[in-house]
Amino acid sequence: MVITSLEEKKPNKSKIIARNFDLFYGDFQALKDINVTMPQNSITAIIGPSGCGKSTFLRSINRMNELIPSVKTSGEILMDGEDIYTQDVVELRKTVGMVFQRPNPFPKSIFDNVAYGPRAHGLKNKNILEELVEKSLTDAALWDEVKDDLHKSGLALSGGQQQRLCIARALAVEPQVILMDEPASALDPIATLKIEELIQNLKKEYTIVIVTHNMQQAARASDYTMVFNMYPDRSGYIVEYGETSQIFTNPREKTTEDYISGRFG
Amino acid sequence: MPRETLDTKLSQIKDEIYLLGSMVEQSVLDSVDTLRTRDMKEAKRVYDEDNIINEKRYALENAIIILLATQQPFARDLRLLSAMLLVVNELERMADYAKGIAKINFKIGDSNIAIPVRDFQKMAEQGVSMLHRGLSAFIEQNPNQAAAIPQEDTIVDDLYNKIYRATIEQAIANPEIIDQANNILWIAHNLERFADRVTNICERTIFITTGELMEMGSSDDENGIEFE
Amino acid sequence: MNTSLTNEKRFALRKKQPTPKQNLKRRKLSQKIAFGFFWLMGLIAIAVLFWIVGYVLAKGASSINLEFLTTRPAGGFDGEGGISTTIVTTIYLVLFTIVIAAPLGVGAGIYFVEYANEAQNHNKFVRWLIKTARTGVEILAGVPSIIFGLFGFAVFVSYMKLGFSLLSAGLSGACMVLPVIIRTTEEALLAVPDSYRQASLGLGATKWQTVTGVILPTALPGIVTGIVLSVGRIISETAVFWVTLGGSYRLPQNLMSSGRTLALHVYMLATETRAFDKALGTSAILIIIIILLNLAINITSRRFQKRLSGK
Ligand SMILES: Nc1ncnc2c1ncn2[C@@H]1O[C@H](COP(=O)(O)OP(=O)(O)O)[C@@H](O)[C@H]1O
Ligand SMILES: [Mg+2]
Repeated sequence: MVITSLEEKKPNKSKIIARNFDLFYGDFQALKDINVTMPQNSITAIIGPSGCGKSTFLRSINRMNELIPSVKTSGEILMDGEDIYTQDVVELRKTVGMVFQRPNPFPKSIFDNVAYGPRAHGLKNKNILEELVEKSLTDAALWDEVKDDLHKSGLALSGGQQQRLCIARALAVEPQVILMDEPASALDPIATLKIEELIQNLKKEYTIVIVTHNMQQAARASDYTMVFNMYPDRSGYIVEYGETSQIFTNPREKTTEDYISGRFG
Repeated sequence: MPRETLDTKLSQIKDEIYLLGSMVEQSVLDSVDTLRTRDMKEAKRVYDEDNIINEKRYALENAIIILLATQQPFARDLRLLSAMLLVVNELERMADYAKGIAKINFKIGDSNIAIPVRDFQKMAEQGVSMLHRGLSAFIEQNPNQAAAIPQEDTIVDDLYNKIYRATIEQAIANPEIIDQANNILWIAHNLERFADRVTNICERTIFITTGELMEMGSSDDENGIEFE
Repeated sequence: MNTSLTNEKRFALRKKQPTPKQNLKRRKLSQKIAFGFFWLMGLIAIAVLFWIVGYVLAKGASSINLEFLTTRPAGGFDGEGGISTTIVTTIYLVLFTIVIAAPLGVGAGIYFVEYANEAQNHNKFVRWLIKTARTGVEILAGVPSIIFGLFGFAVFVSYMKLGFSLLSAGLSGACMVLPVIIRTTEEALLAVPDSYRQASLGLGATKWQTVTGVILPTALPGIVTGIVLSVGRIISETAVFWVTLGGSYRLPQNLMSSGRTLALHVYMLATETRAFDKALGTSAILIIIIILLNLAINITSRRFQKRLSGK
């Protein structure tokens, strides 16, 4: 008799699906045949050695890679069944928000930082804006710390606060998916844990994909884990994808085992 | 190897577990031997030295917890360390059976009940042999060797049943010795449970290597009272 | 490490090395010498600067008074009159030149930094054009100003028959400061962290919204600095305007009027009259204006730094 885990599993609708997705920087193939399905309202962590294409894949999901002229892709990435590469890119980025490695608030007031996205999408009504800013800051667990200083520059906040401001800024455009590229790597441990807790709360409303080079963080903060590695020609592929509890206790692949137990290379 | 610290500490802990195992083996063999010699001084020593085993178990548990906290192992390392926590617990409980046997030896005192020493020795030797091989299979993470051991438990079970029947018959024939017969049954029970616990160690060995937790063998009297 | 060395040799080599203490002494000494040298050089440079400025201000101060500032020059061998019209002409010329050069220069700078990369994978001709324009700006930035003057004279004054006029001078001046404005704009834009662009685009803002909403506000102080620098260039320029603005000391009536800027006036006073004291007085005014402009640049760039660091 095999005894399985005690955790309940609720099947989620799939939100993002990559099918035979390839990506090239000029002649260099950075991603090879990526196939993966990410469920809605879940947190998917992407881990793997550096340079194996984690960020590249993440940036493919909101087409930020297109800012680099040499990038070519093939295969498809579907969101709610629709190919994102045939959608309008501005619309897509409204639905798929992004938080970066280093906190990057604009040199504007806290209020204007959060209101930036909604304003860009045409929201002018002051009352609605104020409400939205408050809700976003509250959801990003920052409201109580800044509610009296909304006119202060976002750059005057601490690193951890800045990162939460950036999360609030992303939330304010009411996306469905939030991509995070090593969002806590520039933060101290307490700020890091705050962000992780925050992410747990956010998954009720959003689907979250987070790149991290911190294995413990992936184990703590995610529901699913995607392990990337690269072939000898340095192109990245998915070694294994599964529930985080399985990946970190009983991975199927030797490469995963070696990587997560720190015996890689 | 980027995890030299972890690997060094792990092999130290493995050595210590081996040592703990041989202490347990020795104490159960000694306790059964005092049944033959009826040397109460020796029985007292076995009884007292259980403390050393307890202390060693806590020291090991502590070392494992420190390793979990400081090295944050994953996957196989995590399974190994969590299994080790269980195994040191099993070993300590097994030593408690030896302590229990020594204690019963005092209770028997100089009453003249016939002790089935030969069968007890067979049970103890079988249990110790299973433990010895089971523990090497665990430390060497050899699932095949581990999988073969639990079925040997029937040898111990058969001896237990034999002693049980013989003792009950004696007690029926001669109700005055009922208290002493009870003592004999407790000894048999302790030795039987000793072998059962080897099965648990073997289960952990399978878990470490395959990641699957499975129940091996039949431990029907899991809830039996233990005499310590 | 060279393993062919025997242990004795290695030992001998090591003995020749200075001890850590000696070594520290040597390093400290060379540091002191270098430090002293640079300190001296800096001191000399500052002394020379103060000497020039001090000389001009001290000698010029005697001829500066309200009348000097408010009466127009009267010409003549003695450089009669004050400098009122030349101040006004300078202001006109600065305004006109900047009105032409700033939009062109800032626009070009924005294009080069924010848009040119995108066009690169479209069209071979566009790519060639951008590359040529870039090189052109680089070259123009290094061209001596008299070349702009000759160009302005040949094209605006003669060929387009605009004559010696504010129009010719303004167009020529614009050509001269255009590379300055383009380059400072480019630099200001490049100093805007890329992460701002990514954040804005990542929020679903369009490119244009990103440029106007984040990039320009952030780069503005830098761009303003470039424009103020250009103002300085125009105020202090003589060669270009000598051959495009003419030299009339009357107040310009319209864009086609000839005129005379402060710097031109200094030049003319010094070369064509005996009124060397008045030339120095005018120079003193020029220097004061330039100092004020530099203060303005300092203040804006300090604001810029503050803004970036969020204090
Ligand atoms: N803009 C780029 N142009 C060319 N190659 C790039 C670019 N960005 C990343 N790469 C290459 O793509 C590979 C994957 O990079 P990246 O996605 O950043 O890896 P990771 O996030 O896993 O560390 C690396 O080999 C990197 O050198
Ligand atoms: Mg990365």
